Amino acid sequence: MIIAERKPFKEIQEMLADYDKILLVGCGTCVTVCYAGGKKETAVLASQLRIARKLQGKKIETVEAIIERQCEWEFVEELKEKAEECQAILSLGCGAGVNTLAERFKDIPVLPALNTRFIGIPQEQGIWEEKCVACGNCILHLTGGICPVARCSKGLVNGPCEGSREGKCEVDPSLDCVWQIIYDRLKALGRLSDLEKIIPLRDWSKSAEGGFRKFSREDMTL
Amino acid sequence: MEGECHYLEGNFRAKSRVGRAKKLLQELGLEPDRVEMYNLSSSDGPKFAEIATEMTERIKALGPNPIKKREKEE
Repeated sequence: MIIAERKPFKEIQEMLADYDKILLVGCGTCVTVCYAGGKKETAVLASQLRIARKLQGKKIETVEAIIERQCEWEFVEELKEKAEECQAILSLGCGAGVNTLAERFKDIPVLPALNTRFIGIPQEQGIWEEKCVACGNCILHLTGGICPVARCSKGLVNGPCEGSREGKCEVDPSLDCVWQIIYDRLKALGRLSDLEKIIPLRDWSKSAEGGFRKFSREDMTL
Repeated sequence: MEGECHYLEGNFRAKSRVGRAKKLLQELGLEPDRVEMYNLSSSDGPKFAEIATEMTERIKALGPNPIKKREKEE
């Protein structure tokens, strides 16, 4: 899922300084699960904004809406009536959600309440870890399902560097060396031979470094 | 007492959530000391009275919620 965290309150307050009636839009998918932009977080932020504005001797009217997914036109359409009565939209969705709202409601400023962090999982309750950098060229079949592109500090794809010591990373010794984890996993699977398959120079043009990404499927287009 | 909750880890969860509530208040400009969590046994009346007195003194020192003051002014 997409992992996000709320921006500092002051930053949000500054964004909203010019508006007296705003629509806060939560998202029912990834950011609900990582406690950043679900129903509860939306209500808490709305309440904080109202109290903070009152402390300044002013008022702000907040309208709240939670939609299933902010990244799909069909769900975003549900916001039409509420959006039109507000001066700005504060999205508690990921960056994709903010973009979708901004593209749908072109006459209303759409502002982000969250910082989108990464594609990852809740490793433990309250702890999130990155698992995928969306590099566009998956090699997980050779690495025991563990991504070195996301987790190796040096981004190595053909085994560890010389700095791997007792299972720890030399760049940050608090991190487990992902190549040690990959080795242990493949060994347990009886697939150590996968490590002998050299991964050739990678095509990074499909990653974020390659610029704006877009693709289409003829069979799915209307 | 901390760690002796009937619901086992419930008091630790409550503690971190109260910490979160304090942070939310601080962010928006209210004193986090307006919220506090104490651990005590249901049979400990004198301790309860002591805590109530302490909290009352603290709140009196902080003064009324400034929002109420502003609302009155309006």
